[in-house]
Amino acid sequence: MELPVSAQGTHLPRSRGLLLHAAAVFAFLYLPIAVLILYSFNGQGVGGFPPRNLTLDWYRILFADGPIWDAVLNSLQVAFAAMVIALAFGVPAGLALDRAEFPGKAAFRRLVLLPLILPGIITGLSLLMLFNLASVKLSLLTITLGHGTALISVATTEVFAGLQKLDRAQEEASLDLGANYWQTFWAITVPNLKLPIIGAALLIFTLSMDEIAVSFFLIGRDNTLPLEIWGRLRRGITPEINAVSTIIFMFSLVTIVLWYRLRMRAEGSVDVGGELIESTSVNTLSS
Amino acid sequence: MFSRAYKTAVTVPPLLWVTVFLLVPYLLMFAYSFWSVSPQQTIVHSWNLNNYSELLTKTVYWQTLLRSMWIAARVMLFSLLLGYPLAYFLSFYAGQRKDLLYQMVIIPLWVSYLVRAYAWKTILGSDGVFNTLLQYVHLTKHPLDFLLYSPFAVVLTLTHIYTPFTFLPIYAALEHIPRNLVEASHDLGATPAQTFWKVIFPLSIPGVLAGATFAFVLSLGDFLAPQLLGGPSGIMISNIVVSLFGAAYNWPLGAAISLAMLVIVVSLLVFSERLEKKWSFR
Repeated sequence: MELPVSAQGTHLPRSRGLLLHAAAVFAFLYLPIAVLILYSFNGQGVGGFPPRNLTLDWYRILFADGPIWDAVLNSLQVAFAAMVIALAFGVPAGLALDRAEFPGKAAFRRLVLLPLILPGIITGLSLLMLFNLASVKLSLLTITLGHGTALISVATTEVFAGLQKLDRAQEEASLDLGANYWQTFWAITVPNLKLPIIGAALLIFTLSMDEIAVSFFLIGRDNTLPLEIWGRLRRGITPEINAVSTIIFMFSLVTIVLWYRLRMRAEGSVDVGGELIESTSVNTLSS
Repeated sequence: MFSRAYKTAVTVPPLLWVTVFLLVPYLLMFAYSFWSVSPQQTIVHSWNLNNYSELLTKTVYWQTLLRSMWIAARVMLFSLLLGYPLAYFLSFYAGQRKDLLYQMVIIPLWVSYLVRAYAWKTILGSDGVFNTLLQYVHLTKHPLDFLLYSPFAVVLTLTHIYTPFTFLPIYAALEHIPRNLVEASHDLGATPAQTFWKVIFPLSIPGVLAGATFAFVLSLGDFLAPQLLGGPSGIMISNIVVSLFGAAYNWPLGAAISLAMLVIVVSLLVFSERLEKKWSFR
């Protein structure tokens, strides 16, 4: 295979060292994933080289495992509800940052980003104190409120970035022609922000499905999937965990590919979460 | 063009929600850190600095805090060493494969954090993949048992998790560098090394700062990887906080330690932002 090692049009020298380094980093990034998938078929447990007695038993055990599927169902419910909350408050917040002036605007921008920048334990414990003070019993509801709140900024940043590119003339025309704000919002604003909103929704959903640091402190009787896995890791490990992880990984891969297809068709380019990364990093605290 | 009612409608609900579920909880943590626990295990709402003096005087707390910072610093360093050259390679050398390789850096992020930590555990354990491989090829007779349950395992796992996060802002910064600057540097007689150190690297510093901050801050507060892979010598500050909020039942002290962590994190974010401003050419 011919590998591109010279930089086009920039007169940078070919570099074998950089190529080897990149190959090594990719190997490092993919090693645990490869091991994870491979050993989900291993009859002899989670370790042990070489893998022996390849089998589908762990998948069979997994499909018959009630608590895991309950946890999957719980996680799906939490992720969906958290997505609704984060969009319900995050989309207006994006509009507000673009179009309204209000006291504390700069502070508000920073505050909504904090749950993504701070270690999850701080947000999780803070919410635990709130629910404790208000005597709210911990349950899937408290986890949902935590996820929904922590992920508002995903919707806000994606929508805000979308609005920066949006031409306001259409909305203006709609209002001039007698539509009210509510009609204009649903007929003009939302369709124009379709991609940022779908992108944010998918990102919120996946982040919530995987979230553990905040959920850890807000858990009631019912487990989400990461917490169910966490509980099992402490009791002893079997390749059943590899099997469930493999299935979820495949599932997210399919989702990403579908999303890329959708976005490629619409815009010819893909940058899921790019706005979020830029806003949480390069301009972390600037307003 | 937007009426007052419109502005109120989009501003007030998010503001109220975020105040109740974000601002109040953070302030509550601040308040808790000045309270105390009575012998009857109830929270005493009297204001004092006892928790903070305990944090400074009890060796186990500040030593664990220092160790956590040392672990986070190593994760930051290794993530930069892995992430920067990779970002540079992709941005300047990968040609048409750029987009594909970029996606390949992102894809591991879609495997659950917990699952990746678990995968490292199955690799590093004394009867794990790596040790049995070494014995299989007769390089060792007995398993190397220092791999798992050590700060090394924590640093390795967290580096694996945060390298893509470090890569992303660096790559974004490199992609923003106008290619004609590199061209001009060459035409004016600079060697490739001079071009890198005098043109490319300085322009990528904001990305480096952002990536480094990400890796440090997120590793500093981690409690799952240390509990899963760290063993007694790899315990981090958040593990202590978790036990103070659980079995040890001393929420106020836990809140004070969290707040100390918060102060470190926020001062780092502010510091990094200052530096970024200084180095950005916008």
